[in-house]
Amino acid sequence: MTKPIAVDDATFDQAVLKSKTPVLVDFWAPWCRPCIMAAPVLEELAEEYAGKLTIAKLDVDQNAKTAASYNIMAIPNLIIFKDGKPVSQIVGYKPKAELKRDLDTVLK
Amino acid sequence: MSSEYEVIIIGGGSAGLSAGIYTSRARLNSLLIERGVAGGQIADAELVENYPGFADGISGLELGQLMQQQATRYGLETLQAEVTGVGLKGKKKVVKTTKGDFSARAVIIASGSERSKLGVPGEEEFSGRGVSYCATCDGPFFKEKPVAVVGGGDVAITEALHLVKFASKVKVIHRRDQLRATHILEERARAEPKIEFLWNSAVEKIEGEDVVKRLSLRQVKTGEKSTLDVAGVFIAIGFKPNTDYIKGFLPLDKAGFIITNEKMETKIPGVFAAGDVRLNSAQQAITAAGDGATAAIFAEKFLSG
Repeated sequence: MTKPIAVDDATFDQAVLKSKTPVLVDFWAPWCRPCIMAAPVLEELAEEYAGKLTIAKLDVDQNAKTAASYNIMAIPNLIIFKDGKPVSQIVGYKPKAELKRDLDTVLK
Repeated sequence: MSSEYEVIIIGGGSAGLSAGIYTSRARLNSLLIERGVAGGQIADAELVENYPGFADGISGLELGQLMQQQATRYGLETLQAEVTGVGLKGKKKVVKTTKGDFSARAVIIASGSERSKLGVPGEEEFSGRGVSYCATCDGPFFKEKPVAVVGGGDVAITEALHLVKFASKVKVIHRRDQLRATHILEERARAEPKIEFLWNSAVEKIEGEDVVKRLSLRQVKTGEKSTLDVAGVFIAIGFKPNTDYIKGFLPLDKAGFIITNEKMETKIPGVFAAGDVRLNSAQQAITAAGDGATAAIFAEKFLSG
């Protein structure tokens, strides 16, 4: 079973920016209820998109440097990186069906 | 997991969970479907101070978890999924979800409500870059920065009181010359040196470059325009019901709220509604819990009748 991976300030470059497969990074924090709501959906997506898209989670409370460099001012905040570049951003809690539509458009 | 139940409850906030406590204690085979976490909107609240029985207040997240524990103790089944559609005609009602279809003879709709948008230029554009609908989520990003809260009800004032922990200044922008918020919240806000009120004021536009920089305001009485420099704006002007998935299946009012009678019955026999999703709800955890209990009791009568 493919699960979301945890990334931090130290591993972000290697795990996200240098990744061969596109990576969706979930910028989240433990104080944020919609982030907790989104977590099980992201777990399902990690499984469903295994091989096509890596799902990564970055705790903005512990990793302020990376969060600040992407101007994160609201969470949950999902950014999809392709070849080291952000190509799509989804802010706020979105139902799974809507997320999948967005992902499919980006991955096409 | 079975796909047939006697009662299906849509939504796991205080209305849905209370309904679940009652239906499962009535030994009705019950399924509760929730897309997020137990408690619904109450889970956002740092401290709930007006729910009877908790004299020192209780965290909203904990209150939600306690309600869920109480309900599942009596056999309520819960499923985390999104409801995508319904079929309410006929004796057997169908609830379609992202995890399959389920049916029951009675359905209690308790899907609650979510924050309304302001509907001004810049709101979409800067969403997540200074525009926020959740102070408990996003407050920490505005340390030592000036922010605004738009609205004058309980949620707006609660957000302002939360934001003073982070922001340098909190301006509350309200269309009217007095608050709708509970008096005790107003007292606390007025005693808070970081909070200032801008009365009779409306936001016309949210402006910035990469991120929010300022708001264009209009004095609603005089029409006078002004600008206010802020790094963030928290929008708390009210709620819209989560009823998109039942549009066309159940009579709703213009704003999308479900019309019920005092037994929480909708126009369709066997379909009940409880809590914020209902027209004229008082939008409190305690009144939603009362609605849920009422709906459950009359659902039981419907099923045994």
